[in-house]
Amino acid sequence: MLNKHAKLERSAIGFVLAIMVVASIGGLVEIAPLFTIDETVEDAPDMRTYTPLELAGRNIYIREGCYACHSQMVRTLQDDVERFGHYSLAVESQYDHPMLWGSKRTGPDLARVGEKYSDAWHVAHLEDPRALVPESVMPAYAWLSRNWLEHEDMGLHLAALRKVGVPYSDAMIENAMADAKAQANPDSDGTDGLRERYGDATNIRVFDGNSDRLTEMDALVAYLQILGQLTDIEAVKQSALDQTEPGPTDQGEM
Amino acid sequence: MRHFSDRDYSRAFFASAVLVVAGAALGLAGHNDVLGIHGLIMALFGLYFLFRVGGAWFSDASQPIDPTRYYDEPIKAGIVISMLWLVVATFVGDWVAWLLVFPEATFDAGWASFGRLRPVHTSGVIFGFGGNALIATSFHVLQRTSRARLADNVSPWVVILGYNLFCIIAASGYLMGVTASKEYAEPEWYADILLTIVWVVYFILYLRTLQRRREPHIYVANWYFMAFILVVAILHIVNNLAVPVSFGHAKSYSLFSGVQDAMTQWWYGHNAVAFFLTAGFLGMLYYYLPVRAQRPIFSYRMSIISFWGITFLYMWAGSHHLHYTALPLWVQNLGMSFSLILLVPSWASAGNALLTLNGAWHRVRDDATLRFMMVAAVFYGLSTFEGSFLAIRPVNALSHYTDWTVGHVHSGALGWVAMITFGSFYTLVPKLWNRPAMYSARLVEVHFWLALAGTIIYVFAMWNSGIIQGLMWRAYNQDGVLEYSFIESVVAMKPYYLARAVGGFLFFAGGVVGLYNIWMTIKQARSDTALQDDDDRPLVQGAPSQVTHPAE
Amino acid sequence: MSVPTRDPHSGHETTGHEWNGITELNTPVPKVAWGAYFVFTIAAVILWVLYPTWPLGETYTEGVLGADQRDSVEQQLTLVQDIREGQEAVIAAGSFAALQSDTSAMDYVHTAGARLYADNCAMCHGSGGEGAKGFPSLVDDQWLWGGTPDDIMETLRVGINTEHPETRVSEMLAFGRLGILSYEERRDLANYVHSLSSGESSVTAAKAGVMFETQCSACHGQDGKGVQAVGAPNLTDPFWIYGGSVGDIQLTLRDGRQGVMPNWNERLSETERKLLTLYILDLGAD
Repeated sequence: MLNKHAKLERSAIGFVLAIMVVASIGGLVEIAPLFTIDETVEDAPDMRTYTPLELAGRNIYIREGCYACHSQMVRTLQDDVERFGHYSLAVESQYDHPMLWGSKRTGPDLARVGEKYSDAWHVAHLEDPRALVPESVMPAYAWLSRNWLEHEDMGLHLAALRKVGVPYSDAMIENAMADAKAQANPDSDGTDGLRERYGDATNIRVFDGNSDRLTEMDALVAYLQILGQLTDIEAVKQSALDQTEPGPTDQGEM
Repeated sequence: MRHFSDRDYSRAFFASAVLVVAGAALGLAGHNDVLGIHGLIMALFGLYFLFRVGGAWFSDASQPIDPTRYYDEPIKAGIVISMLWLVVATFVGDWVAWLLVFPEATFDAGWASFGRLRPVHTSGVIFGFGGNALIATSFHVLQRTSRARLADNVSPWVVILGYNLFCIIAASGYLMGVTASKEYAEPEWYADILLTIVWVVYFILYLRTLQRRREPHIYVANWYFMAFILVVAILHIVNNLAVPVSFGHAKSYSLFSGVQDAMTQWWYGHNAVAFFLTAGFLGMLYYYLPVRAQRPIFSYRMSIISFWGITFLYMWAGSHHLHYTALPLWVQNLGMSFSLILLVPSWASAGNALLTLNGAWHRVRDDATLRFMMVAAVFYGLSTFEGSFLAIRPVNALSHYTDWTVGHVHSGALGWVAMITFGSFYTLVPKLWNRPAMYSARLVEVHFWLALAGTIIYVFAMWNSGIIQGLMWRAYNQDGVLEYSFIESVVAMKPYYLARAVGGFLFFAGGVVGLYNIWMTIKQARSDTALQDDDDRPLVQGAPSQVTHPAE
Repeated sequence: MSVPTRDPHSGHETTGHEWNGITELNTPVPKVAWGAYFVFTIAAVILWVLYPTWPLGETYTEGVLGADQRDSVEQQLTLVQDIREGQEAVIAAGSFAALQSDTSAMDYVHTAGARLYADNCAMCHGSGGEGAKGFPSLVDDQWLWGGTPDDIMETLRVGINTEHPETRVSEMLAFGRLGILSYEERRDLANYVHSLSSGESSVTAAKAGVMFETQCSACHGQDGKGVQAVGAPNLTDPFWIYGGSVGDIQLTLRDGRQGVMPNWNERLSETERKLLTLYILDLGAD
């Protein structure tokens, strides 16, 4: 064995190949099956995609590094569930490119923060966190209300996401810019189309409290308000239960 | 650079021109986007070197290159740049630590908020400081252990300068809000492509030089450097697979999503720790520690079992970052089991280093440089023990999402990575600049104590805050009711956040002392007559290797 | 290539290789290292046998214990619910009046209710219930929708201006933006409204009395004391949600207000909402 190694360490190419083989095994064994084992991601027929405005908000969430202090993953731990709500399912982030599960909770978990507080609270809190929560150490994000939202090329964003597997339709891509605008202005003409494309439950509100301007605040709040709301957890669990019960279709024959 | 041959000059000129064209193309395509600014930075960077190379090429001052010497100029550049990054990145790190004490200090500006500055700190330290240190020392170790000059004159510069262009694009991008949000892999697609090109050049240069080695057996340090270069390439490419919004947008969307993306990101993230922050720095340790201690490595056989153990086992361990999440339980458990076994080769490496010091402990006592390396090996042992411990699911249930993880990372980054680098630099700098010793041995001593005190204060503060946080989150009272609200845990962190910022400041101050000491050593070298070691030469003088693959 | 030599300090031989002065000893791997590899590997194998670990194409080894992290957290949750069961039953069954005078029940409210309040309500209403601009105080004994326990329970259940089908709805019209009142009218009206609580009446305020009756009294009442049935606040007291200066009132008149209180029927159980109601009433009782 030692002699063999002595031989190996005299060949640079041999050593390179040996490293590549030895180092590749772990990743292959752990990552590849996540694509092949069916139960890895639950079925959620009602799962909807992010609207263009929510997606723009998600991109702001990423841009500002919110994930560095807030997780979006309620773990299967008793206190996590009691504090933040039902543990997160894999399917809830299936359209998240990339995922934002986070690895640090300087602030609380946000996986289920959607609709927990009012839009007005989010705006006030983002503009001046300590006005509402004096103990908070969160930075103030007042400029989000001042910045117009760049939404002209949301269609390109949706198209890119379709390439990596998010089921955006042609109509969604075509109307992305208009849809982004309409979602923050309930009185506008575009809301019917938006509802038609993303569902009746779509939040159409003046998120930042000012319908004259489409701001980054509108987008971020729209995104925060959808967190944990993309699918009905109980329905997903029920459908998973139905599948594990012995039923007419047996997957063993595939 | 004034000693290139015509052929070298033409190649360097061409490389700069390519960068100008690529930068201009990106700048034009992305003129409506932050991408345009980055294109401009790339083009200006290329343009600067285009003029420098061109100017040197056509000036009479050109001196022929001396192929009987090692090529140490890129190494010198790498060391200075590395120390500059250290000072900048630890400053930013300490700044964001203070932000958690004084959260209003963001000037109502995006670039100054915690979320944008944090990756400047992490990337600045890992890639700016650590990466430059690795590239520089790897070039040195490679040439000395092979007794061969670097196989090429231009590609070392492509590696150093291209790599730092990547770092600049990364850090400036974060300030402007360009980030892919992936831990330790935040730069966007175009920066990723740049790094891939740089890395391929690095790998080819490394392998070509290694092929010229005099000693047929490859030295352990080079095993580690090779593993570092190779595996980081694999990790980098797979983790950064993404579709850009367009060629005119900085933004891209990652190929993987949700659970698969989580696993891929932490497969990358954990092994960035393994192969960037561990393997590479073990390569450093394996050269500078025995050189400074003037002792043979304790056990060649132990090197073998630790090297292959680390290379094989680390790649399984990433899933322990995702315990109790929506990642399937089988992956969590599998990662945990390998994380445990991983302790053995880690401690074998640390033990091998410390046992090498047997017979040189009097030097450890007297020589702060060697003491840096000794402490590094101890912190390496501590951090890897802590790592395996935190990988155990029930322990992780307490530690995850808390400052304990932050403390763990810093015990590794400050205690191990930075300390071994300082020890190596203080060994290397006098040799490279032909000085008998560093400008001031006292300042090395000062740096040592600042670094050690800073690290200890930092790590203890984070252990305390992390464990308190974790315990508060899970505390139930006798009625079966959660004892604390989340905000109470935030309030409880205040004293520790203050202590952490103070510890971080000490460490930063140590870095400033180190930079000053290195700078003064260089300055002395310029004004003093050189004490060049005439034996410090390649044995195979630039010619193709005579010792290629020895017969069995 | 050099020949192995013996290191005088350790007594071990070198491998015979030399790299620019660096040599290695050929010291055998200490037994403890092999032993550790062995022990840790055995531990890992035991783990593989007991728990789900290895992937097998489209499935994975389930382990002899058949562990499932979702099942185990559900079990833990049942366990902790069992501990709370006694107290929760008392809360669920008791009338508000009875509970408020039951010290042991109120002790439970002070722990369980306090934590629920801090994690869910304090963000808007303040850690002591003091409220903030735009978010009503809970301790001033002024209630938009009524301050009886049942009123508060209902507000918690359906929220105000939410998506809940039975939501409480109230809106202060945007008299400015909708073009109902001119700037001057709004200025006068703001002065008038301000005078209701401050008592400082001015000439402009007096003029607006008639305007108040036509535009405002339908919701806020003839006397301006508010109507809880429609969630319209009392304008004659010193408590203001959106600020009580003339300027603040002018803003409210221009842009209108439609504050949202989330509905908690999905996030919190009825008992938890009852705990919160008791806790809130207790906050204001001091």
